[in-house]
Amino acid sequence: MVYGVLGFINFAHGEVFMMGAMTGMITSNKLADAGLWDSNFIGSLALVMFGSILVSMFLAVVMERLAYRPLRGAPRLIPLITSIGVSFFIQNMSIVLFGPASKSYPRRPDWLRDKHTFLEIEGARIMVIVAAAVSMIALWYLVERTKVGKAMRAVAEDSEIAALMGIDVNKTIVKVFAVGGAFAGMAGILWGVLFGSVIHNTGFLPGIKAFSAAVVGGIGNLGGAMVGGLFIGIAESVGPLLVLEPLGVSGVSQLRDAVAFAMLIAVLLLRPSGIFGERLRAEDRT
Amino acid sequence: MTATETRPGSEEEFAPPRRVRDLDWRRLLRLGGVAAFVQMFISLTAMPVRLDERSVIESVLSLGFVFIGAIPIVAGNRLSRQVKLEGVAVHRAGRYELVGGALVGTLAGAGLSLLVMLITHFDLREPLVNWSPQLRDLLSFNRGPVFGTLIWLGIGAAGGLIGGGLRLLGARWRRTLLMMATTVVLASILEQLVVDLVSGVGLEPVAEWFYARRGGLTQAGAGVTAAIAGVTTFFGRGRMKAARERIKTLDGPARTRANAGMILLTAAILIVVPLLVGSLTNELLANVGLFVLLALGLNIVVGLAGILDLGYVAFFAVGSYTAAVLTAATSPRINPEFPWFVALIFVVVITGLVGLFIGAPVIRMRGDYLAIVTLGFGEIIRLLFLSDWLSGWFGGSQGITAIGGVEIFGLTTIDGTNPRNIFYLVLVFCAIAIYVSWRLERSRLGRAWMAVREDETVAEAMGINTVNVKLLAFVVGAILGSFSGAIFANKVGSVFPSSFLILVSMVILVVVIFGGMGSIVGVIAGAALLIGVLGGPKQPGLLQEFSEFKLLIYGALLVWMMLARPEGLIPSARRSRELHQEEFLQDAWLRGEVESDDDNGDGGDAGTAPPGEART
Amino acid sequence: MSRSEPLLAIRDLDVAFGGLKAVNGLSIEVYEGEIVSVIGPNGAGKTTLFNAISAMVPITSGDVLFEGSSLLGLDPNQVTARGIARTFQNVRLFTNMTILENVMVAQHCRTKRGAWGALFYTRAFRSEEAEIRAWGEKVLGFFGSRLVGFRLNQPASVLSYANRRRLEIARAMATRPKLLLLDEPVAGMNPVESAELTRLIGRLRDEWGFAIVFIEHDMSVVRDVSDRVIVLNHGELLTEGLYADVSMDPRVIEAYLGQDTIIEDATKS
Repeated sequence: MVYGVLGFINFAHGEVFMMGAMTGMITSNKLADAGLWDSNFIGSLALVMFGSILVSMFLAVVMERLAYRPLRGAPRLIPLITSIGVSFFIQNMSIVLFGPASKSYPRRPDWLRDKHTFLEIEGARIMVIVAAAVSMIALWYLVERTKVGKAMRAVAEDSEIAALMGIDVNKTIVKVFAVGGAFAGMAGILWGVLFGSVIHNTGFLPGIKAFSAAVVGGIGNLGGAMVGGLFIGIAESVGPLLVLEPLGVSGVSQLRDAVAFAMLIAVLLLRPSGIFGERLRAEDRT
Repeated sequence: MTATETRPGSEEEFAPPRRVRDLDWRRLLRLGGVAAFVQMFISLTAMPVRLDERSVIESVLSLGFVFIGAIPIVAGNRLSRQVKLEGVAVHRAGRYELVGGALVGTLAGAGLSLLVMLITHFDLREPLVNWSPQLRDLLSFNRGPVFGTLIWLGIGAAGGLIGGGLRLLGARWRRTLLMMATTVVLASILEQLVVDLVSGVGLEPVAEWFYARRGGLTQAGAGVTAAIAGVTTFFGRGRMKAARERIKTLDGPARTRANAGMILLTAAILIVVPLLVGSLTNELLANVGLFVLLALGLNIVVGLAGILDLGYVAFFAVGSYTAAVLTAATSPRINPEFPWFVALIFVVVITGLVGLFIGAPVIRMRGDYLAIVTLGFGEIIRLLFLSDWLSGWFGGSQGITAIGGVEIFGLTTIDGTNPRNIFYLVLVFCAIAIYVSWRLERSRLGRAWMAVREDETVAEAMGINTVNVKLLAFVVGAILGSFSGAIFANKVGSVFPSSFLILVSMVILVVVIFGGMGSIVGVIAGAALLIGVLGGPKQPGLLQEFSEFKLLIYGALLVWMMLARPEGLIPSARRSRELHQEEFLQDAWLRGEVESDDDNGDGGDAGTAPPGEART
Repeated sequence: MSRSEPLLAIRDLDVAFGGLKAVNGLSIEVYEGEIVSVIGPNGAGKTTLFNAISAMVPITSGDVLFEGSSLLGLDPNQVTARGIARTFQNVRLFTNMTILENVMVAQHCRTKRGAWGALFYTRAFRSEEAEIRAWGEKVLGFFGSRLVGFRLNQPASVLSYANRRRLEIARAMATRPKLLLLDEPVAGMNPVESAELTRLIGRLRDEWGFAIVFIEHDMSVVRDVSDRVIVLNHGELLTEGLYADVSMDPRVIEAYLGQDTIIEDATKS
């Protein structure tokens, strides 16, 4: 999660993700109508991904321009509340524009649905894991090895000093939003392909969980975010069974999300700076 | 440049009108483009279709068209906005404003023209549910796409012309016209309330004359309403202002008397009005009251202590469920069937404990983590109520039903069947909440909250136990919220987990922020306006046609408030200073209120100079 | 002045941020009724020392004794309750609260009426409020007429820089401390103002009985008012003694003038 750079939680990030999934749903259905989805799956998927990454990037950048840029330097709570408003707005916009019902993706081809003999995992899941790994590496390369990434890290450290060093803070932050949006869009597609449907509040829980992952790993710390994501994922799928079932709690699967939140709270209490430490802006370290 | 004595805006200081040639084309294109986009967006949300069912003036104007038509007017008006600077004269309005307004308006209208054309030629119903012929017909007034395309260019141009033209009028006329328009729209929005009230005092014929049977003002009624509004604004504004100034300058006992008079008057109105109106309006009032109560509680947490609690609904839920379990005979595990007031004691204690339990770990966290974690707790509480695990206690998704009413000393029973009594009950608790907020704000604790909100580190260093103080705010807020929950349970007669979505937290937050963080009057006004007009998360407001869009509007409102007016509708003086620190200082400096450093060097007497005389 | 029982005793204090030792093995004592100034080049650990005493940074090792008992493990508010109040290098007032409220809120730890008193407007609550107010006005009155009168109900944000410094001292005084820690009290003031404040620091001891420790770069202030001067360098005690002796000490002069490396003061925030 690149949002460590901004110094505030962007609640609307989950909504960017949702809009990415929505775009994917729309384009993939159109392609399916045209018969391309079945005949040339990889090509269509690439096209769909390209489309929704574009839309998500655009949305994230517009969001930054309209809602967050005017607030730079405002008291801390203000952009936070604004991002809640943006999230609320986009969610409900999706309801009124696309309707409140859940929408499905076209069927994915058989070879992705079959369980592969080794590991007993669905093909689609393997695809998601591969894609996640590839994007992690790409992101790492971008942030740690390129000039843009260096600028991002500088802005994250201290935007004022970065500005004095000749970095265009506004442009850098836009780029951060664009990259964040692109990844959210990609994640949206993967979500859509994996779970097959999308609805207006698709983004909410993943958004919160993504934040949890970032916090668990230590905000602004990429490797940490990845491990944090894994950790949250495992905790919420295994936690209820391992911890609650022996305690005689029935219907544990309903409490999955509760467990995810409880994990987040526990981590914040025990290690406020995350498992791998935090990279925060200088002025927050007082 | 020396600061001039004349205020900007006085007649003789105008510079000559700008020439049409100097039009700021980029601004024009941008503004027009944005307006066109907004027009298209609003249309695609089907807002105009819905709102078309609601007429403002019978068979002349529907609310949908007021909505769409207002956009070119606003765009046309904004185009020629001039930034007022001290010492720089403002240009007199002239052709520049008119031409620019018309152009920008046309551009805005072109958005809808484009939409009409697109709908005619393409079918995008698949993703966009409102991409319908119905929308096209509405937009083209049932006269075919060509007419629709052209008419919107015309309407846009006219609207923009009006918007620009408003600049040509003097301030007094402009204000009068705006007031007339607003009053008419407001009168139509408040129709239900006004009709109910007027009929309640036995003046049905008046109501019937003003309002058409199928909704909306009659043409004559609209005319009279506009005329009254116009005349009072045109002649009355100066006097209003003077009166307000007089009250402001009162001090000591006279001020106290004036305040007491105002409070008594408000109380009297609030007690009498429910007697006059029907049960539908009373239901609405009760809903507003419940949200006032919630918002006042959240206001202590967010507004006074500066803790952004996004899981506030948890306390509403705990209050509701506690009241339900303790009073209802049908509660699954324990059902002592306490009288409501006895149960209330438990509600306070239990919510207080839950507040402590949630607050204690959370309160040490930094603002944004705290927001997320409280959000998490809000969701956990709901999931627990919903879960099979605890369904033996709380009924799971079935909830608890058949909750009895509030019995008052055997005299009467207050329950959902009688919204008037519910409203009175809510009113009593609102009064308590207002009193609590008001007293606490002006106490040692209130000062400590403010200090914590301003600078936690320093507050700690000045001997304030910030953790305790914040926790106390959290708990007080929780208890106020639980009152609302307890009343809610008995009003509705049943509780379900689905009544306590995070959504409720968000709506309360919007109410508090819209009204003004830290401002009691603001929060009440915010609740009345938003919940009363647009409606709560599940409760209908006066504008029932809006119910699909109210959450969309809440989201937009939240963003817009943060950008344009973070201090809220009726700000608390203090909070607004905080949010506009720099501007405030600048203004004060211009007025000569901030002392400059050099007036203190010469010993002790400089500080006594009245603010106006400080050198700048 | 009894020299036997120090009011504040710091023993082998270490404060480390990561690998950087901001304060290193420092031992100093402050006696009742004493005015002590702390000087040293930037990065010498002066502000860190203040932060450590007022429990705003964790102490790595060593001990801080106040009136004979340790302050270790206390929260900042408890330290203030014990009787140590401080000001900040970069004036930190509650700028949106009124001047009177600023000094009233500082008496939080000296008062105890809670929510109930406020809600029922009890006699005890009212008398306590009156008391807080009276003490607040008295403290403000110490600075002449600058902070009282029509100013009482103005927000602190309208004050000039010098008056903000004064209000910050008043706020610290309002906590009814025994020891005042002033972090660069005259920084940013003009010579006339700083001379006046120097006199006030003397009066704070004589009339109010506070012991005072202050950090200062302005040597004329240090010379005029301090009983004793403590010189820090690189977090260690360089020397201490009378101004006349210390100012002649070649090590002090070298520390100020002949540094070959300047370490960024990590503690300034």
